[in-house]
Amino acid sequence: MKTRTAFPIDVIRKDFPNLSVTIHGKPLVYLDNAATTMKPRTVLNALKRFYENENSNIHRGVHHLSQVATEDYEATRDKIRDFTNARHRQEIIFTKGATEAINLVAQSYGRTFLNKGDEIIISHMEHHSNIVPWQMLCQEKRCVLKVAPINDQGELIFAEYEKLLSERTKIVSMVHISNSLGTINPAKDIIAAAHQYKAKVLIDGAQSINHKKIDVQDLDCDFFVFSGHKLFAPTGTGVLYGKLEILDAMPPWQGGGDMIASVTFEKTTYNTLPNRLEAGTPHIAGVIGLGAAIDYVHSIGIDAIEEYEHELLQYGTKALTAIPRLRLIGTARDKAAILSFVLPNVHPHDVGTLVDQDGIAIRTGHHCTMPLMKRFNVPATSRASLSFYNTKQELDKLVASIRRVKEIFP
Amino acid sequence: MTEPIDIRADLYQEIILEHNKKPRNFKVMDHPTHFAEGYNPLCGDHLTVYLKVDPEGTIEDVSFQGSGCAISQASASLMTTSIKGKKVKEAEILFDQFHRLVTCALDPKKDPHQLGKLTIFTNIWHYPARVKCASLSWHAMHGALNKVQKVSTEE
Ligand SMILES: Cc1ncc(COP(=O)(O)O)c(C=O)c1O
Repeated sequence: MKTRTAFPIDVIRKDFPNLSVTIHGKPLVYLDNAATTMKPRTVLNALKRFYENENSNIHRGVHHLSQVATEDYEATRDKIRDFTNARHRQEIIFTKGATEAINLVAQSYGRTFLNKGDEIIISHMEHHSNIVPWQMLCQEKRCVLKVAPINDQGELIFAEYEKLLSERTKIVSMVHISNSLGTINPAKDIIAAAHQYKAKVLIDGAQSINHKKIDVQDLDCDFFVFSGHKLFAPTGTGVLYGKLEILDAMPPWQGGGDMIASVTFEKTTYNTLPNRLEAGTPHIAGVIGLGAAIDYVHSIGIDAIEEYEHELLQYGTKALTAIPRLRLIGTARDKAAILSFVLPNVHPHDVGTLVDQDGIAIRTGHHCTMPLMKRFNVPATSRASLSFYNTKQELDKLVASIRRVKEIFP
Repeated sequence: MTEPIDIRADLYQEIILEHNKKPRNFKVMDHPTHFAEGYNPLCGDHLTVYLKVDPEGTIEDVSFQGSGCAISQASASLMTTSIKGKKVKEAEILFDQFHRLVTCALDPKKDPHQLGKLTIFTNIWHYPARVKCASLSWHAMHGALNKVQKVSTEE
């Protein structure tokens, strides 16, 4: 058990070269981690090593480099299986991100197994990437999209969700941690309730994979998706986890190289999992970088990360709410280190521009959750999203900067 | 960038803060001859511009309503005060000059213009993310005069 004081924040910050840049002459305070995270040097080195020493395509060469690249690429699959506690390595499908993983499920599973009148349930706090693919599917297959409501704290109203469940429910797709609110949804209960009706459940783990220990067997989810770039890895990498028997029944959604066993002009037979769902040359270097990112997270420990971030969240919540008339959007009891807020008389866009002058990067806007903004009756929010390399001093700087914003917009 | 940036002098000047707080001509018009909606999907700025143009082509009345950041609100307010009573043709010339000003294609110290106090937006190009906020109402006005009822800054 690590103690709090042992969290090696100074050492950790040095592992991320981008954290030491200056913006407008001030040290960068990077508080936009829900959009994307910084990359540790080990990940950057993995990319460099690949392109300088191992560059080649995978799964298709007998020459040495191709075999090395294939091994390194496939090693990441094993690391992710272990990281998420999946049963089999074939349950890990590489995609270019969470968005593509959700679209894969909608296009392959959804188009095959859903029929007219079937229902899909999402929540009011979903990212557009967990709304639009289902709307597209519903339009094509004449299915019905149902939205589980949330309360004023930004928590799923579980009883209302349960009321939406029925024999007609075929898919439940919900976010694990809301990127706009920080709410941690009770994923295990959501899944268990859906399974009573034999519905399949997809958990959007884009924001949870880097904040919490994920155990897909314990959750018992049917699908779990995340993006590599929010887990300290390169952009253009992502993962779909699916239970083997479900993935096995899913037809390919894209055709091309790697996904076939044999091709003639008359007939093509498909490859086995996982390749069947991975057509074309993937982001090989990126996936190898994702493996390095997971090694890095292991070296710190996801539990230590969760504990430190929780401490930051409590500190930040207290400091921000001490600013007169600042309103936090998202005050769930179970929350990750995301602080969305609004100030009267100041539009978030103006807040974003002003704090940027102090070197502070926050996100302002609707965070790809427009229905959620409407639910809270705000056009947009300002959002500080934290990671384990952030510090309390950085939160102090944010608060001081917001106080200066208030002087301009009293 | 060679010259230092001063955000209070460049962007959040008194006149902008004041127009943001008390926007002029901020109302829905009852019987406009022209109107158009402007939307900036990046930050959610959303406003409608209304115009009443008489048969001689004079802008008798102009107003706007909507929500958005200080820059978009103040710019809309200033847009209405600078085209009210002008000919449509003059408003279109101002639109062109304003557009060039905020994209750094017009230097108010060298190039001829009739921008008047609109030159307070001269340095906004230092903040590329905010140029669209300043030009949103102008695009809506231009769209309305040309019978385009919805304009988006993401074209
Ligand atoms: C909750 C959530 N889901 C899905 C996504 C989509 O991720 P990506 O754009 O990397 O595919 C994001 C990214 O912002 C997110 O925060």
